[in-house]
Amino acid sequence: MKTKRMFTYLFLIIAALISIFPFIWMVISATNESVDVTKGTLLPGAHLFKNIDNLFNSVDMWQALWNSAKISVVTTVLSLLVASAAGYGFEMYRSRSKDIVFNILLASMMIPFAAIMVPLFQMFAKVSSVVPFLGIDTAAAVILPTFTTAFLIFFFRQSTKMFPKEMMEAGRIDGLSEFGLFFRIYMPTMKSTYAAAAIITFLNSWNNYLWPLIVLQSQENMTVPLLISNLGSGYAPDYGLIMSAIVITTLPTALVFFMMQKQFVAGMTGSVK
Amino acid sequence: METIKTGLSPQKHKSSKGSRQIHLTGWLFVLVPVIMISVFYFYPMIQALILSFKTGRGSNLHFTGFDNYIRLFSDTTFLTAVKNTFIYLIIQVPVMLVLALFIAVLLNDERLKFKGFFRTAIFLPTVTSLVAYSVVFKYMFGAEGIINKSLVNLHLISEPIQWITDPFWAKVTIIIAITWRFTGYNMIFYLSSLQNVDKSIYEAAHIDGASAFTQFFKITIPLLKPIILFTTITSTIGTLQLFDEVVNITKGGPGNATMSISQYIYNLSFEYTPDFGYAATVSYSIVVMVLILTLIQNKVGGDKR
Repeated sequence: MKTKRMFTYLFLIIAALISIFPFIWMVISATNESVDVTKGTLLPGAHLFKNIDNLFNSVDMWQALWNSAKISVVTTVLSLLVASAAGYGFEMYRSRSKDIVFNILLASMMIPFAAIMVPLFQMFAKVSSVVPFLGIDTAAAVILPTFTTAFLIFFFRQSTKMFPKEMMEAGRIDGLSEFGLFFRIYMPTMKSTYAAAAIITFLNSWNNYLWPLIVLQSQENMTVPLLISNLGSGYAPDYGLIMSAIVITTLPTALVFFMMQKQFVAGMTGSVK
Repeated sequence: METIKTGLSPQKHKSSKGSRQIHLTGWLFVLVPVIMISVFYFYPMIQALILSFKTGRGSNLHFTGFDNYIRLFSDTTFLTAVKNTFIYLIIQVPVMLVLALFIAVLLNDERLKFKGFFRTAIFLPTVTSLVAYSVVFKYMFGAEGIINKSLVNLHLISEPIQWITDPFWAKVTIIIAITWRFTGYNMIFYLSSLQNVDKSIYEAAHIDGASAFTQFFKITIPLLKPIILFTTITSTIGTLQLFDEVVNITKGGPGNATMSISQYIYNLSFEYTPDFGYAATVSYSIVVMVLILTLIQNKVGGDKR
């Protein structure tokens, strides 16, 4: 029994170390010169500020951060609004025909993005000539095809199952309209579901690579993942600089996760039950 | 279209004016995603199917029948990409899911100390962007990188492994990277379902003299079956679409040794002389694979009743 305990702890400690190590290495590397990073040093250096300085001087990091933030915030707000309304609609106004539509929407989860990226690109290329601000190389083109996901609708529908329906009846008796019920009663009650959904959606959008890579073309519209990918594939990469860029983009998401871990896990549990 | 048709279909149950009004309001709530998913998922799917029968450069396309589909079978790059993707799928997905399940079972122990720390640490890779962690792994696994240096220092290897530039080790690097990134993610799904399991089932099994081994295979696995199926399907779809890691760690190289199907589609459309028709054909091969694998997994893992 004792050796079994020992084994459990040993195994978990190793798993935890492997999980954390790249984070530690990335932070240490951000403080070192490029040469030291390639040599695989594990000692913190004194070049952190120099690396950050070089980063902001050599590429437009602020612009990339702003582009990513803009796209992620808009995507998250739209996603939550649309998906929660749909999850609510499918569950609260349940009917056989709506269940069929729901299942058709769910089937879209099986569609690999790789299978639709070419037609999507062509679609936005066509739109470009008519409405330039919705076409290729715009934030709108990144946001439009990505903000509605069947997964999030499913997520909200599952959470809505646990929502006390008597509250809606009480609201109706109080004279609230159907939309009033949604905005005044449902939304405030489901705060933790919204928080969980917001974190997942924001992270996905902030980290999205393939579609922005296809649809964004000019330097000034580039998002952070595109910028990091470009830095990483350069001919004479400055490793310290790249690591500082990665630290800058990873820290905020890690912080959000640490602060809202409870909602995160609670939300996820709700979606799989 | 779907909405209007089904929305106005006569309902058999009570049709007082009030309930009909409420019924229509219900449709308003779901209208936007129905439109968005039709336009940005289903319509492009149909477009891709049409496109897959066309050929030509850029937007200069004409129908060519099944030529693209025939070309698939003699296209060595495509066949290599399929082979690579299946190697990732067959090795990486089972290893990751078994590891995730194992960790989840260990973490579900009530007497375990530092549970929160272990859970948070193992879940942490999930918050990284695919591009960021790929670039980090590329440098960690560099010829003179920290991994080689540590392994040499620990006398586990005598000379550095060419993690990125050797066809075999490059695949291993990709597999290690994906496993690092997604084990914690899947572990959380298992852990939260385990926490919903009634503890008394295990107590009863214990009294009946069932070993931990028997309990795991006779109780835990059957109870978690739906979630195991769910994670298997999502991981399979994810692996079939593998792109970010391959592009940022190995660029598909050396040669085409690590190229994935998604990367090949991207290259056909945006790197080489654009051949959207053939790219769409290749992309439909992924659709077919997703369908077949999901059907198999549902057959094997789904409820047989």
